Amino acid sequence: MILDTVIFYLLGSVAIASALLMVTRRNPVISVIFLILNFFCLAGLYLTLHAQFIAIVQIIVYAGAIMVLFLFVIMLLNLGNEDQLREKIGWKKIVAIGLGVALALEVLYIVGYQSRLAAVQSPGAVEIGTVESIGRVLFSEYLFPFEVTSLLLVAAIMGAIVLAKKKFE
Amino acid sequence: MIPLSHYLIISAIMFTVGVAGVLTRRNAIIVFMCIELMLNSVNLSLIAFSAFLGNATGQILVFFVMAVAAAEAAVGLAIVIAIYRNRSTVNIDELNILKW
Repeated sequence: MILDTVIFYLLGSVAIASALLMVTRRNPVISVIFLILNFFCLAGLYLTLHAQFIAIVQIIVYAGAIMVLFLFVIMLLNLGNEDQLREKIGWKKIVAIGLGVALALEVLYIVGYQSRLAAVQSPGAVEIGTVESIGRVLFSEYLFPFEVTSLLLVAAIMGAIVLAKKKFE
Repeated sequence: MIPLSHYLIISAIMFTVGVAGVLTRRNAIIVFMCIELMLNSVNLSLIAFSAFLGNATGQILVFFVMAVAAAEAAVGLAIVIAIYRNRSTVNIDELNILKW
């Protein structure tokens, strides 16, 4: 019980801290590393919610595939030093930070004062996170959206190749 | 047991950090990464709701969000490469050709 709480607050605080560091670091490569740390913390939080399948997919797809793609592009474009990309602190930035803080306060107010939210996980939560139960729902109830996803991925692959090609001939 | 609202608060803070990053950063790749952060914070709240309500639909939705995020990252980074090839910059303040 105590261990649960400790793990939750540790993962949650590291996730928030790494998100903040990701946004504030100047070097994009460091940002990517912090975002990967954030994804690992999220995978741990998914495990505390008994979502094993999604936690593994999070590590494989996000931390493994998507972030490697980001690192690849950053190193391909040689953006390691952001000196040529000056970011000045203007009034726009101050307004943006103010708006962000206002949004955070609004959402925290809504969540904090919502008394009807559940306090304990549903007893069925242990079963629904397994590969078997996810697969059962995915291939019966959500079969059509699943097939449409494959079309989306094919379109994305072709779009990425066409856009990144040097020249049309 | 940790109540649902604590998961939602973490999700809300991460989403806000993502929004602030999109608004303040000028590097197009960092903006993309902030969008990924926002998608992930929404995933966290979806999975939290799924576990606390005992319904598998939230996890299926997260699965689809991941597929869409992968497609979005591939196409978006290809666009960034194409823009960098033409303009040799990824500063979104200098890419104002579509601005009214």
